[in-house]
Amino acid sequence: MILKFINSLGSCFLRICTEIGEFSLFFLKIIFVLFSKKLKTNQVVIYLQQIGVRSFGIVFLTGLSSGFALAFQSYIGLSKFGGEELVGVVVALGMSRELSPVLTGIMITGKAGSAMAAEIGTMKITEQIDALQTLCIDPYQYLIVPRIIAGTLALPLLSIISTLCGIIGGYLYCTTALNINSEAYLNIIQSKLDILDLTGGMIKAAFFGLILSTIGTYVGLHSGEGAQGVGLATTKSVVIGSIMILIANYFLSIFLF
Amino acid sequence: MINIINLKKKFDSKWISNGINLTIPKGKMTCIIGRSGEGKSVLLKQMIGLIKPTSGQILINGIDITTLKEFEKQQIFKKCGYVFQFAALLDSLTIFENVGITLLENGMAHEEIEHIVKEKLALVNLSADVLYKYPSELSGGMRKRVGLARTLVNNPEIIFYDEPTTGLDPITSRLVYELMLQTQQKLNVTSVIISHDIEIFNYVDYIAVLHNGIIEYFCEARNIWKSTNPFVKDFIHRF
Repeated sequence: MILKFINSLGSCFLRICTEIGEFSLFFLKIIFVLFSKKLKTNQVVIYLQQIGVRSFGIVFLTGLSSGFALAFQSYIGLSKFGGEELVGVVVALGMSRELSPVLTGIMITGKAGSAMAAEIGTMKITEQIDALQTLCIDPYQYLIVPRIIAGTLALPLLSIISTLCGIIGGYLYCTTALNINSEAYLNIIQSKLDILDLTGGMIKAAFFGLILSTIGTYVGLHSGEGAQGVGLATTKSVVIGSIMILIANYFLSIFLF
Repeated sequence: MINIINLKKKFDSKWISNGINLTIPKGKMTCIIGRSGEGKSVLLKQMIGLIKPTSGQILINGIDITTLKEFEKQQIFKKCGYVFQFAALLDSLTIFENVGITLLENGMAHEEIEHIVKEKLALVNLSADVLYKYPSELSGGMRKRVGLARTLVNNPEIIFYDEPTTGLDPITSRLVYELMLQTQQKLNVTSVIISHDIEIFNYVDYIAVLHNGIIEYFCEARNIWKSTNPFVKDFIHRF
């Protein structure tokens, strides 16, 4: 019984070590390809459109509804101390520093990260990646690196749009439901929101873009055989991507702000 | 010429190739035949460098590809083409982009690529009508022909075919075989074909029979029926 437990513990540890090792090699290969081979800018543009432009709708809705909710919740807390006029700054800081990067990261993981894993996984099981290799086209240069670059570039832009939508959402809620003066809402944001709050949020989002696209492509490239393997890879990309974003958020928050 | 010397391949604890020795003559069609699961595709993928052998040598024109670095391998494999079992066309690209992918990647002008792509499609009896269609819009036989056209774009000296007629009806299979033969005769390439269909005996020059991880038998195609090898006799007479 004890031996069996130790055995399974050992094999689990070995599996984790193998996975970390393989991921490290994958990441090193990306860095190598990025700096040694020509970047496929046309591919980057295609993926920027897929990840960025086509995600605008969900980012808009997420940002707007988060702004509403944040304004509502912060009003409840702040009104207890007579600080209703501070709702705007709470919304702006909350959105720019935390909610926009994290929510955008998680939403895009669900949308684009999973799509990357599914697409690359399907390409792997249908031998399309092997076909690229036989044509002397490096799959890392053609498929992986452009997706990672596009993910890293798209997320900060989506995050800033989400922040803007959140502030608009808060504004709409404050001026219509809470009867807060619109000028007061905007003035306090203008005076208290620093450019570093926005750039900090964008840096966070860039990291989240890097995380979700690296995990999406890695999991896709290492997916198992058949439809089940691709399905599992898709789920893994969302679960691991989301967890890694939340963990990274903690450390980035400490480091950046 | 391709020389395979004592090639071994192990997956986990199972030996797939157990010391393969084979010489594939230049400018001829050689078929490697064997039962399902004998490791035919694994052998072919080792020849094109997609799978690394556990031990042994694969010499292409005298150069051992198993010891080459990635960029050195590319120089060798630029002269090789691989036709996949299910064509392996990139489904997000049009036929034009699929066939001309290497030229597009090299930055060649669009008009020039279109001219070459049309020429290669004509070689595999496909018209320019398919140029801007997606692989999902074509039949299985057409996709295989596009796969061959994609390979021909690089003017290969060696073409590897992995089960080229799997999933095709007998008439389309015959058309694919005839196409392979025409390609061979027109371009004088070395062709290596993996198959488990004995119909191919009518088209190739040599046959190698893979069994239990080794080449059990190698002969000229016309002599296969006279073989006294018990496995070969059993294999061909079961069809």
